[in-house]
Amino acid sequence: MVTNLASRLVSRWDLEETAVKAKAFSYFRAATIDQALDAHARAGDDARFIAGGQSLVPALSLRLQAPRLLIDITHIGELRGVGREGGYLRIGALTRHCEMLSEPLIAEFAPLLHAAAPFVAHPAIRNRGTFGGSVALADPASEFPAMTLALDAEIEIAGPSGCRRVKADDFFIDLFETALQPGELITAVYVPLFKADQRFAFDELARRRGDYALVGCGMLGTFTGEHIDDIRISFFSVGNTPTRVRGAERALIGARLDAERIAAAQGALEGDLAPPESDEVPPAMRLHLARVLLGRLLGRLGEGA
Amino acid sequence: MSGFGEAHLEDADETVRVRFVVNDRKVACEVAPRETLVDCLRNELELTGTHAGCEMGACGACLVQIDGRAVHSCLMLAVQADGARINTIEGLTENGAIADLQAEFHRRNALQCGFCTPGMLINAHELLSQMAQPSREQIRDALSGNYCRCTGYEAIVDAIDTVAKARSAGGTT
Ligand SMILES: Cc1cc2nc3c(=O)[nH]c(=O)nc-3n(C[C@H](O)[C@H](O)[C@H](O)COP(=O)(O)OP(=O)(O)OC[C@H]3O[C@@H](n4cnc5c(N)ncnc54)[C@H](O)[C@@H]3O)c2cc1C
Ligand code: FES
Ligand code: FES
Repeated sequence: MVTNLASRLVSRWDLEETAVKAKAFSYFRAATIDQALDAHARAGDDARFIAGGQSLVPALSLRLQAPRLLIDITHIGELRGVGREGGYLRIGALTRHCEMLSEPLIAEFAPLLHAAAPFVAHPAIRNRGTFGGSVALADPASEFPAMTLALDAEIEIAGPSGCRRVKADDFFIDLFETALQPGELITAVYVPLFKADQRFAFDELARRRGDYALVGCGMLGTFTGEHIDDIRISFFSVGNTPTRVRGAERALIGARLDAERIAAAQGALEGDLAPPESDEVPPAMRLHLARVLLGRLLGRLGEGA
Repeated sequence: MSGFGEAHLEDADETVRVRFVVNDRKVACEVAPRETLVDCLRNELELTGTHAGCEMGACGACLVQIDGRAVHSCLMLAVQADGARINTIEGLTENGAIADLQAEFHRRNALQCGFCTPGMLINAHELLSQMAQPSREQIRDALSGNYCRCTGYEAIVDAIDTVAKARSAGGTT
């Protein structure tokens, strides 16, 4: 939905106020990062940044959020653009999901993101939703936040006390909780450039295309021949945060990718994942789906995919 | 654009003047910041061909084109659209851009109550402008965010498929 989204949002029927209209707020269109940060501070942090609005507008309409001020960041030029910077691809926060599909630099230097993009929502939502918004929201069922982990990406953050870069490994803290402090803005994400000796794979299991995944996974491996020098594997829709499966990674690093190693990695998932109780997808079923998906993706990696 | 002033916080429910080009006509209207674009189109501009269904991005009834791309007008505030070019189903009908799709939907009974149809047409229009010969699966994928409670989708996919083939054969249906 709509699955996650609706079950999360549709609980509006339980609310006394069933209006699907937002509470009144003021609106400010920022032209620069400084203006946006300043406005947030002066609203006493009772403010929200709005980028693509594809998650925030429904949350406002359902009154799950009711800030005093909305700060539109979509006209800030500094947050746009995709380009190479040293060993990294810098992806501006306002890069839209549809641009993750159409931008040649992403296909070449961050192909895992390119492969994940068609699975993010539906075409019209991809026309508005932004990469920075997706990472900031940190929905555990979302594709892009999990892929920043697999890619060992760094998140660039601007705030009242200056600018910093946080590794994806340190960014996702708990359910919808990240290293972002109130009033801080994601300005860009830095992804190490894809190299010739690397391979990637991505897939997800969902009831219907466009739905949030029951389980999803992406991986990036560095190979010498069939020997795995390094691999990072990240799952989504498996718990409160996007999750790296370090036990499975350890089962693979330094070995040849063969059926025995794949089985060992699948076996390690039980220690890596603790799927939440859920009526729709019981933990044992989610773990089973995760094993199936991991096997499939490692198989593709073995074929050089 | 000037910087932020404390006055911004005082006028939460005061209307703001926004200007767009809607269906090739310049319009200006007064909207509250919390007003969604779909409400603005339907209530202020009386363009009721854009439908409001779920109002949370799930059904696709409210699709319009913003600067040439399909967008959910329930997931956008009218103030965010200030300065944009907007095409609604009325405009695309008037300028004939989707006449062949409309004729084929009609011919194949790809609509019954018609509630979903404006959104279906806007999405189909975008798909065919990006992909000349989509497979049936690609058509279904493109419509994955559009609900139809009446037709069962088969006729909708047939209609889009037929128009795609007719367009690439160089003819118009
Ligand atoms: C029907 C539907 C289906 C969807 N399906 C999927 C799916 O399958 N997979 C998926 O990943 N997503 C899905 N989404 C969500 C979509 O991808 C959103 O676009 C995305 O999660 C948020 O991006 P946004 O730019 O729209 O952010 P917004 O909605 O504008 O903002 C979201 C939050 O992030 C904050 N924020 C935004 N940008 C920044 C920034 N640069 N710095 C700091 N904070 C920021 C906002 O303050 C807000 O709290 C779906 C949405 C809908 C409506
Ligand atoms: S009304 Fe906008 S998607 Fe349903
Ligand atoms: S024709 Fe009735 S919803 Fe599609």
